[in-house]
This record gives sequence, structure tokens and C-alpha cells, in this order.
Amino acid sequence: MTLQVELVSPEQVLYSGEAHMVIARTTDGEIAFMTGHAPFIGSLGIGAVTIRTSEGDDVKAAVHEGFVEVADNRVTVLSDVAELVGDIDASRARRALEGLERQGDLEDAEAEAALRRARLRMELAGG
Amino acid sequence: MAGGEERVLRRRIRSVQSTKKITRAMELIAATRVVKAQQRAADARPYSEQITEVIQHLSQAGAGREHPLLRQAESLDKVAFVVITSDRGLAGAYNTSVIRAAERDLMGVQSEGADYSLILVGKKAASYFGFRRYRIDAEFTGMSDTPRYEDARQVAEVVTGAFVDGDVDQVRLVYTRFLSAATQRVVVRRFMPLQAVAETREGELRADYEYEPSPAVIFERLLPRYAEARLFAAMLDAAASEHASRQRAMKAATDNAEELITKLSRQMNRARQESITTEIMEIVGGAEAMSQR
Repeated sequence: MTLQVELVSPEQVLYSGEAHMVIARTTDGEIAFMTGHAPFIGSLGIGAVTIRTSEGDDVKAAVHEGFVEVADNRVTVLSDVAELVGDIDASRARRALEGLERQGDLEDAEAEAALRRARLRMELAGG
Repeated sequence: MAGGEERVLRRRIRSVQSTKKITRAMELIAATRVVKAQQRAADARPYSEQITEVIQHLSQAGAGREHPLLRQAESLDKVAFVVITSDRGLAGAYNTSVIRAAERDLMGVQSEGADYSLILVGKKAASYFGFRRYRIDAEFTGMSDTPRYEDARQVAEVVTGAFVDGDVDQVRLVYTRFLSAATQRVVVRRFMPLQAVAETREGELRADYEYEPSPAVIFERLLPRYAEARLFAAMLDAAASEHASRQRAMKAATDNAEELITKLSRQMNRARQESITTEIMEIVGGAEAMSQR
């Protein structure tokens, strides 16, 4: 028994396949789904989504807010901004992060979110 | 002499031929772009389907019936129109049909005594309504060809803002639906207030969901995304329709050019034949005159 997982962004389906476990970060904290999980709808914060495939590999994606729905062993992650690790441009992310850090104090929520996104990208891209 | 006519015709044929080359190229380009645009629309579908599904589950759980995006105004005092056209022409009746449908609906709204607000996507709509001195509240250009989600978000932000502030009571979407490569239809759709609560089908009442955080909070975050996704879908449909219309228009132009070339070359050949005949007659006549001397 495996989970059927889909990671969907508005422009395309980023990932679709079977998995053993899915770990995501909701606005309240981390949550993991395995088969037989109760129906669930959650709102995601800025964080990584890890899809552990049946073969034991990890597929990681940076998700900048979105939603997750779980029902009947189907996990659907919806996000208007999501990138698979392989698609992250590490050097661009680093530049963005450096730029934001140089700015120093972040007065508005938007800048803070941008900083968190940049950090997440860097963390996942392993740069 | 008749040789002059021949030369004029030859020049015309050459010019039609080069026009044909251009329209043919545009037709081929449009054809590949239709396929691409259709693919983009297909890629975007899972997201909007899923988001709709989540919304239905949430509303079955009784979440957020009070959300500002669902607000039904008691009276329609002001209606906003989001008109999606293209930036470039040479697409047959594509832009005209959308604009005409929008203007007709707008006049209907006005005759009922309500005010209007125009949010235009595409240069063509902007220049049409601008020229006729309509009040334009927002215009977006440079995105209708290959719309990105970010573009849809920008437009949605303006629309949502106006609606939530109570500035407009209804938002209608005027765009071209892509039904198939051969059929596209202009539609006027109600966009806001959003219709999020679908009727529950019999026997489909789902197991209870767990929510994190509460259904109301999720709902509140989800609705704006839903609006964006719907607008994005409309823009993608419009883009596919635009390319399909252009392909058809350019095919018609190419066919016309071909027909014109056939007609003109027939005329030219006749003219040439005539001039040759005249020349022979002259030579024969001349020789005759010489021999009789």
C-alpha cells in the first residue's frame, strides 16, 4: 500500500507518483502523512515538502505557501509557488539571499517572507 | 503597347507572392503556438481542479460563508468587466468579437442604471475603449500572448481589491473560450462574487476532514488563490483562442493570395500572348508589304 502523491503548481504538475511518506510544514508545524492517514486539509507555510518514494529516495521541493489535502491515500500538495530541488537555481538564490541580508532590518512582512523563501531555497539547494 | 500591361501584372504578382510568404509563415507560427498554448492550459488544469475540490470540501464543512469574496450585493450599483484581448492584431475577428460582447454587456448594465468599471487585458481592448473615451480603471499589456501565473495574480489583485472594498458589486469576465482548434466562443462569465459552494451530490458526503488550522482560516487563504486560478485559466484559454484565430485568419489570407496569383498570372499570360500575336501580325504585315514592292 502506498500513497499517491501529486505536487501541483498553477502552471504544471511538478511531481506525480507513489510514495511511502510525505512530510510537509503547515502553518502550525511539521506533519507527516503515511498510508491510512485520516482525511486532512491543511494550509502550508514556507517550508520544504519531502516526498519519500517507495524506493526510499527523497524528493524535496521548496513550497512557499500552499495547501495540502489528504484523502483515501492520496496526497495533493497545491502551491502557487513551488520548486523541485533540481529546479532551484542555487547561485540566483544565494544572490537573492545576500541582497536581502544586506538590506538589514526588514520592516515589512513581505521582505521577511522573501528572506525566508531565499533561506529555504539555499537550504534545499545545499549551497 | 501591351508589353507594359504585362510588366505591371508581373510586378503585382511578385508583391502578392511575397505577402503570401509572410502570411504563410505567420500561419505556421500560429499553428505551433496553438499547440503550445493548449498544452499550457492542460498543464494548468490539475491545479484549478484540485483547488476547487478543496474548496468544496471546506464549504461542506461549513467554512467561511461570510467571506468577502462571496458577498452578494443587494443591488448592482457597479459592475466591473475584465476584458481579455490580445496585444497584436492580424487574428481575424478575435479581438472585435470580445470587445463587441463586452461593450454590449456594458451597455446593458448601463441601461439598468448601474455604473461600470473596466479592467482591460491586451492592447487591443485598451486602444478600443480608450479611443471611445470609456473610463478605464486598469489595463495590462504584454501578457496575453503567453500568460504566466504571475500575470493572472496581478490582474486578480486589482479585481479582488475593488470587490472586497465594495467598490464594485460584481465582476464579469469577458474572454474567448477555447473549445477546440476549430471552435472558440466568446463568453461573459460572472467572476465575483465567487461561487464556491457547489451543491452536494447525493451519497457523496465525505468523511470528516481534519483541518490545520481551522477551516475558516484555510478557506480565507484559499479563496484568493482560487480566484487567481480561475482568472489564469481564462487567460490561458484566451491565449489559445488568439493563436487559433490568427492561424485561421492567416490561412484565409494565404489562400486568398494564392487565388489572386492564379488570376493575375492568367491575365498576364493573356496579355503576353496578345502582345506576341500583335508582334507577329506586324512582322507578317511588314514582310508582306516588302514582298509586294
